[in-house]
Amino acid sequence: MNIHEYQAKALFEKFGVPCPKGVAVQTGDAFASALESIKPPCVVKSQIHAGGRGKGTFTDGFKGGVKLAKTREEAIDYARRMLGNTLVTKQTGPAGRKVQTIYFSEGCDIQKEYYLAILLDRASSRPVIIASTEGGVDIEEVAEKTPEKIAKVFVDPAVGLQPYQARQVAFSLGFGGDLFKQALKLLDSLYRMFWELDCAMVEVNPLITTTDGKLLALDAKVSFDDNALFRHPEIVALRDLNEEDPKEIEASKFSLSYIALDGNIACLVNGAGLAMSTMDIIKHYGGEPANFLDVGGGASKDQVEAAFKIILTDPNVKGILVNIFGGIMDCNVIATGVVAAARQLGLSIPLVVRLEGNNVEAGKKTLGESGLKLQSADSMADAAQKIVKLVA
Amino acid sequence: MAIFVTEKTRIVVQGITGSFGARHTQLSIDYGSQVVAGVTPGKGGQVFEHNGVKVPIFDTVADAVKQTGAQVSAVFVPPPFAGDAILEGVDAGLDLVVAITEGIPVRDMVRVKRAMAGRTTRLIGPNCPGVVTPGTGKNSHGGCRIGIAPGYIHRKGNVGIVSRSGTLTYEAVFQITSRGYGQSTCVGIGGDPVNGTSHVDVIKAFNADPETEAIIMIGEIGGTAEVEAARWIKANCKKPVAGFIAGATAPAGRRMGHAGAIVGGAEDTAAAKIAAFQDAGIEVAATPSDMAEALLRIWKR
Repeated sequence: MNIHEYQAKALFEKFGVPCPKGVAVQTGDAFASALESIKPPCVVKSQIHAGGRGKGTFTDGFKGGVKLAKTREEAIDYARRMLGNTLVTKQTGPAGRKVQTIYFSEGCDIQKEYYLAILLDRASSRPVIIASTEGGVDIEEVAEKTPEKIAKVFVDPAVGLQPYQARQVAFSLGFGGDLFKQALKLLDSLYRMFWELDCAMVEVNPLITTTDGKLLALDAKVSFDDNALFRHPEIVALRDLNEEDPKEIEASKFSLSYIALDGNIACLVNGAGLAMSTMDIIKHYGGEPANFLDVGGGASKDQVEAAFKIILTDPNVKGILVNIFGGIMDCNVIATGVVAAARQLGLSIPLVVRLEGNNVEAGKKTLGESGLKLQSADSMADAAQKIVKLVA
Repeated sequence: MAIFVTEKTRIVVQGITGSFGARHTQLSIDYGSQVVAGVTPGKGGQVFEHNGVKVPIFDTVADAVKQTGAQVSAVFVPPPFAGDAILEGVDAGLDLVVAITEGIPVRDMVRVKRAMAGRTTRLIGPNCPGVVTPGTGKNSHGGCRIGIAPGYIHRKGNVGIVSRSGTLTYEAVFQITSRGYGQSTCVGIGGDPVNGTSHVDVIKAFNADPETEAIIMIGEIGGTAEVEAARWIKANCKKPVAGFIAGATAPAGRRMGHAGAIVGGAEDTAAAKIAAFQDAGIEVAATPSDMAEALLRIWKR
């Protein structure tokens, strides 16, 4: 789960990670009072979950989702143009995201920008702190071109972040004197937040030093481990459904895992690995998958029906491929669910069904006798070839 | 021989009284596996009964081990308590803990993995379909089924299969069985970013197992475990290996169902993994329908 910058900064404050003072507002009539506490010059920041906001463009042509305003009037003007407008960045896709919150942040005189992040290192199964003197830029690029400018410190989960490790990070960033002390405190706070809140990642890009000698988190990107949300109701409360695909939200209500893609062949599959490879095989035979959809290991009739409904809300879908390997679950139950859903929804686009496993003969019989215009397939390859041909 | 488990392996089921655990315990008993104990704290002394088989339930794994000689556990405990259940199995000195539970917080698994350092217990999973060593009976009856895989699709034989995904493993098993061959052992290592046994651990075991003659390795996007396994195979593996990587069409930055299936860096992509497979001499299946055929192309029987 992702949260907005302003929410992340509120958590930073709670854990003692210093950041510039800021106020978030959701309505235009609150701009004036917000600018009473945040005196310009200030930064006006569009709040959406995607990155690349500063270089983004609004759909009405206004450039920049993050703007420096010198005066109160300028700040209000920028905020008015951003709020309710749709921002397109390199991470949002062409549709962009509607800006529903504006964050006014105190202006800072930046001396230098750094990069700091904490995330899970899969290879060692430990949290890793990543720090670089190259901040405010694309860290992937730094890692590729100048890997020596990136420091990595692995934290032993049995004892947590040790002072010597915080010193390693602070030295790698070249801090001395009071900034060194501030860095140690900031690292300790940030690691504590990462660990205690079950974060998947905390990223500060840039972390800055100011001309008056302060170390501050200028931006904040925080995401959480979905599996751990049950123990953090205060984090769940920060979820912004406006930032999520309505089809994905609907799917999650039925314990379906759905992700919309750009193609026109929808797929309905049991199991994540099989669902991914069903997308792959559609592409292999020249088609384009419209989605990833995993109905899980024990799919019920209701889930299959819900899955069909969600698939069909995508206007690009021109055909459906159902691929079920019913190991334990009864293929006939799935077949019955498919038939019921197709009838109820008056399905008019091509449907190819590949069933294999437990009670498969009965399942195929149910499909065959349904009177529906569907094709059965014997293997994944057969199924993919059939549906690709049908939508061509 | 097979790897990790044999038809004689004595199994304890942690979470045997939950609906999911109970259902799959019944299926394992029907398959002929040696389920000798169950554990549900507070229900010690009760008996789990299925088709005339009586499985005693204990309060702790330590009791179950002491009373029944159980060596391996299957964990069906709900996610908030699963990390604790795994460590209880480790502390009781089990040879192997197979964690089926899906949705365990990453932080819990990071701690579990750290706590297991230096211990002799092997962990498979979590979020995995489990392990099957097929038996010699009809539809491979009499084998060892730990977890949630459909037993009947297996057949005793000489192909070792390792995969992160459940249904994709079944797909490979089914393809091998329908072509008249069989499996030595099938291991589902799970789709989470932090897991116990890795691809390379299983490949090493298959390489050392005299019964395993050929190997199918199924991977997916996310992490670099398949690349490490490929490097090890290139340097050490004496047996033919066929491979498949799922997720070539997955967009970067999106989690594809499995918590671990997400493309982060350049090494996490399907293309990078397929290239590593090819470099290691692994016969790559172009599609998931081609897994058995890919193996049969290079397995000189």
